This record gives sequence, C-alpha cells and structure tokens, in this order.
Amino acid sequence: MILTEDQRLLQDTVRPFMADEGAIKTQLRHWRDKGCKDGFGHGLWKQFAELGLTGILIPEAQGGAGLGAVESGLVLEEIGRNLTPSPFLTTAVAAVRALEGSAQAERWFPGILAGETIAALAIDEGRHHDPAKVALEARRQGNGFVLNGAKQFVVQGGSADVVLVAARTAGSPGDTEGMTLFAVEKGASGLEVDNAALADSSKAARLSFENVALDADAVVGEVDGGWHPLSRALNAGRAGAASELVGVAAGASDMTFEYLKQRKQFGKLIGEFQALQHRAAHLYGEIEIARAAALKAAQLLDAGDAQAELFASVAKAKAGRVSALAVQEGVQMHGGIGMTDEHDIGLFMKREAVLSELFGSPRYHANRVAELSGY
Amino acid sequence: MAVLEAFRAETRAWLEANCPAEMRQPMRSEKDLCWGGRHFEFQSDAQKQWLDVMASRGWTVPDWPKDYGGGGLSPAEAKILKEEMAALGCRPPLTSFGISMLGPALLKYGNEDQKKRFLTEIARGEIRWCQGYSEPGAGSDLAGLQTKAEDKGDHYLVNGQKVWTSYADQADWIFCLVRTSSESKHGGISFLLFDMESPGVSTKPILLISGYSPFCETFFDDVEVPKDQLVGEVNKGWDVAKYLLGHEREMISGMGLGSGIGTGASGVVLGPVAKPDEPLLRAEIAAFDVDALAFAAMSERFIDQLKAGEAHPALPSMMKYAGTELNKRRNELIMAAGGSDALEWESERSKGGKSARDWLRSKGNSIEGGTSEVQLGIVAKHILRLPGA
Repeated sequence: MILTEDQRLLQDTVRPFMADEGAIKTQLRHWRDKGCKDGFGHGLWKQFAELGLTGILIPEAQGGAGLGAVESGLVLEEIGRNLTPSPFLTTAVAAVRALEGSAQAERWFPGILAGETIAALAIDEGRHHDPAKVALEARRQGNGFVLNGAKQFVVQGGSADVVLVAARTAGSPGDTEGMTLFAVEKGASGLEVDNAALADSSKAARLSFENVALDADAVVGEVDGGWHPLSRALNAGRAGAASELVGVAAGASDMTFEYLKQRKQFGKLIGEFQALQHRAAHLYGEIEIARAAALKAAQLLDAGDAQAELFASVAKAKAGRVSALAVQEGVQMHGGIGMTDEHDIGLFMKREAVLSELFGSPRYHANRVAELSGY
Repeated sequence: MAVLEAFRAETRAWLEANCPAEMRQPMRSEKDLCWGGRHFEFQSDAQKQWLDVMASRGWTVPDWPKDYGGGGLSPAEAKILKEEMAALGCRPPLTSFGISMLGPALLKYGNEDQKKRFLTEIARGEIRWCQGYSEPGAGSDLAGLQTKAEDKGDHYLVNGQKVWTSYADQADWIFCLVRTSSESKHGGISFLLFDMESPGVSTKPILLISGYSPFCETFFDDVEVPKDQLVGEVNKGWDVAKYLLGHEREMISGMGLGSGIGTGASGVVLGPVAKPDEPLLRAEIAAFDVDALAFAAMSERFIDQLKAGEAHPALPSMMKYAGTELNKRRNELIMAAGGSDALEWESERSKGGKSARDWLRSKGNSIEGGTSEVQLGIVAKHILRLPGA
C-alpha cells in the first residue's frame, strides 16, 4: 500500500496547488463572507479543470485522465486539509461514477471536463441517509416519466446544471430493485429548489418535484436498475468523503500540534503537559489508521474487488469518527481562541459535521459493516 | 508483474503439494503453535514434516538471506508467499522470538560468525530463544537495568535477575541486556547471548491472573559467557535493544488483527451466539469491527512502509499501542457476548475457561513490550516532536 511514482507526482502537484489557490482565506472565508449563493468559486473550478482534475475519473477515450479512486482520494485529502469549497466530490467523483457508461455521459462529460458543468446527486429523502428507502415516485407517462416527491441534502443542488435523482419506478421503499436514476436538468418545470446554507457555509438544496415531466432518455442506465449506477456513485462518494475527512482531520490536527508548541501557560509550553501529549499521540495514530482505511477502500474499488463495498463503509465510518475526534480535540486544545470565528480551527469542526453526514453517518456505516458481515 | 504472477503460481502449487492437510486446519489454540527448540514436543508427524519442508526451502524466514538459512525472497515475493499461505489456510511452520525479535537485530548488528551460526539455527527451529530485558527495578524504565556483566578477560561474569522473561523455562538460549558500565545509564548497556543450560542460570514461572504462566523470573548466579557472544560493541547494547524492541512491537501489534476465529468481520468471537441478541452489544461489536478492519488496513500499509524503508522509526510504537488496545477491546466484547457462559473457569464446556483466561491475559498486552503510556510518549516525542516529551 505504497503510492506509485505517478500517484506521488499527482500529490506533489495538488498539495501546493490546494494550499495556495484553495486556501481558507481566499476561498472558504472569501465566499462565505460575500454570501456567495453557490458556496464555492467557479474560477477555482475552472482551475481544477485546467489541471485535469475535473475529469480525473472520466475515461481517457472520453477526454479524461482515466484515473481511479486512489488518485481522486489524494486530491480529496488536500481539499479536506484546506477546507477548499468545490464541487469535486459530488461532480467529478460521485456523479461521474453514476454517469459512466451511460448515454447521459456523452451529454455531461464535456462540460465537467471543461469545468463548466456542476452535477449533483439527489438521494436522501429524510434526515438520515438510507438510499434503499427511496420513495420519490416516477410514474410512466407516454414515452417518458412524471416525478413527484421530495429530496433533501442535495449538495450543490442549487448550483447544479444537472441533478441525478434516485426515483422509484417499481417495488416499495426498502427495495433496491425498482429504482431508476434520472438526469434532471436545471429549471425543469415543476422542480422547486430551496437552497439552504449549512453550518460549514456550503450549500445543500431541498428539492420538491411536482409533476416534473421527463423524456425516456433522461434515464441513466436501466429503468428499474438504478441501484447499479447509484451504488457506483455511493461507493465512490463514500470512499472519497472518507479521504476528504482524513484531510480535515490532518489539517485540524496539524494546526493543533503546532499550537501545542507555541502556546504558553503556567510558564510552560502546553505541549509539555503529558495530559495533552498522550491525547495528541493517540489522535496521530487514529489519523494514520483512518488514512490507511481510506486508501484500502480506494484500492479495492479500483481493483473491482468484492470487498470494496465493505471497506467503503469501514473507511467512511472510521474517517468520520477520527475526524470528529480531531476537530473536538482541536477546539478543546486551542482553548478560548478555538471558540472564536477569527480562528480557523472551528471551521474544521463545521466541515467535519457536514462530511460525516454526507453519504451516510459513521453509525449508518457501522450498521452496514454488521449487515455485510452477517450479524 | 508477469514474473511475480509466475512466482505466485509456483508457490501455490508447491504449498499444495507440500503442506500436509492437517497443517491447513485452523489452529484450535496456542498449543498448536510450533516453537521449535531442543526440547520441543511436536504435536504430530505432520507438524514436524511441515517445519522440515519449509525450513529446507528457507521459508520459515522467507525474506532472510539464503546464506543464513532464509529464502532470499524479495519483499514482494515474501508478501505473495504470505498471501498464498493465508489463501490455503497454512499454519505458520515455526513461531519464535528468534524469528520475530533476535533475527532482525542480528542481521543488523551481528558479526558474520554470529549470523552464520545463530540465524541458521533459528531458521531451522533448532534453538528456542527467550528475551532477558525487564528487571524487578527496570520495567517501563528499561535502561535502569542492573544485571551486571563483569569483564573477566576471556569471558563475562553475569550476575543479577530478570523478570517477565517469556517462556524462559522452555527456552534454550537467552538474548540478554546487561550492565557493563555504571558510568552512563544508556551508554553502559551491552547485548549478550548465552545458553540457558549454562551453570548458574535458573528460572521460576510466574502465575498470572489468567492462571497461565507464560513468564518467568530468571536468575543469574556467576554465569560465565564467552566474549564472542557479545552482539555489537560493548556499552552500545542500547542501540541493539531499541532496534529489537521495534520488531517486538511490530509482532505484538499483530495481535490486534485477531486470530481468525469467530463470525465478525474482524474475528470477534460471538461464541455460540451467531448473532448478538442485544442491540447495544451488536452496536459495540459493529463499532469494534470498523476499528479492527481499519487497523488491518493500517497493518498492511505499515508492513509495506517498513519494506519500502518509508516507515517512521517510531511507527511501531503507534502500532503496538493501537493493536494491543484493540485486542483488549476484542476480549472485552468476547466476554460480553458470552455472558455468564464466558465466566466458567474450568469446565470442558468452556474449554477450560478459555474466554475468561484469554481476556485476563490480554490485559498484559498493553503492559509488556512497553506500556501504552510509554508508546504514546515515544510518539509524542519522536513523531510529533512535542516539547519536553
């Protein structure tokens, strides 16, 4: 599980790029303080495209880099480290995996490659992630379908040019069969978008569908077979979110370990206190373990291994727990300054909360590990 | 890659042809381990045969040089061998502190004669080693050891006492830290090898809370040790000791990986209960499985990092800490899943109280080989470089 030369080169390119161009001050705080409706900068997304990052998973034959989850994970770790707001995880990772191999790929990949198209995923219908429970109805009408229902936690749904919507064409909520994935374009008639700012100043929409009429060619993959593209998107999204969470944990803990070497109390550097040293050392180890879990999940996904689904859940659960520990220890060890908006450590706490919930919380994924293990 | 795939195919075919069927059955208990040594009683002919065929191929220590009884395999080949053995369910042919601890230290610090003699004996399972490190007054503060070795011209005269010597009563030889100078704490320690049958060596087993006695007190009373059995330079034994401790920690960290028994993804034993019948127990086991599977990924990465020379020298401390804490948690869960069944201590039903005894034994994991607190201190100092650590 050592990175290849090419993977290292990618890391060496992306790390300084994200630290400079994607820095907290120039991106997250800048767009937050401006009250930006998207929560990210389109200019930076263009720069992602120029570096070939938006097409990192798009096959070479379709103009992309044709790389895998390990490589996109390396990018996401740097995004997490700098809290860089961008549509990378939803558009370049999850949506690309959902679209790949479908007729809809031809329609959307060129815009994604160019850094002009934002694609979002509409899966959750309640406050907790549970994709098999999809109830949003897609009724056949003429040659097409009519959608009725509601979605929430559609990350960047308000900015998206296309939303991939998981809908039910057969069976009942709880069945993985009978689901169909639709590509719904921005401004579709009957689609209402309530774009909500989240705690971390990213944006996630609540969508309501009232008789939204779609042509048959809006279907991604097969009718009633939507679970397949959806699973691809979810596995990629989960492993990717795990990598981003590792980055969040690494960013928060680096900041905290540095603070332990600078802050003096009782005439000593606080890093001299063993009560803090042991907690810091424990946190360091947990982050290393979470990084290994995320890498393992990515490698298994890239290899098409049967264990990939299990490890995507392991990675998402572990990275969520560890990242939560990192931000909680981070704020606590910073003391009063950690509670201020002026200091960056609190921004890590907010991002962790959103990412941990996205594509399933640590509890959801621990439960999946149990189910996949037969108990 | 094609060469490696050919090696994999050859290896699988060879293992299939040479590993006795009995040695492909899961181990029932620690008693099925083959430790080798002068007095080892093989459990069966198959166990002896398996050791012999593997040793003659150098595969008891696949990545050691062929000159010293090893297999001369590259890291990638050694990994393939390990994977193929796991795939076929082959038991380890030989388990020993010679392989996991002394061998790596001799490869780095031993002279040519020592390597030829001792490594070859280890590879063949001829000599069983024990570790003379801790003393009654030197536990976490290991460098405070007082066992004395006086220079008597052609030999060292050793006097003192060791404690927590694993299996000293069954070992043939000991690798032992001794004080050769009182002028410097760390700079007055030397690393000696000697025969446990030497006049003046005696051992006394220590009964643990588990009812097992895996450790001994070991006494040295005017033990004469030939000078060519000193490893490295005199008074520079602490370097050897630390290097060896890194390998000991690697070995112990592997305990967090479970023993491959049971039904959970990570090997948490649910005992006769196939599914946990309490929702909170199920949730705890699931949370444990997440941690254990993530740690398994870390272990794989750690081994690859070691082989590539990319592991931080203090990383074994992190692994030892995480692995042993995980193993304690596994045993807590086994007890919780077993309920009152798991509390039986002697019945045949409970295999002589295996769950309870293993649970109690596991508490020592985060003490032996350097406590969890010592490991966290090492990580704080050497990796995080925190002040005053």
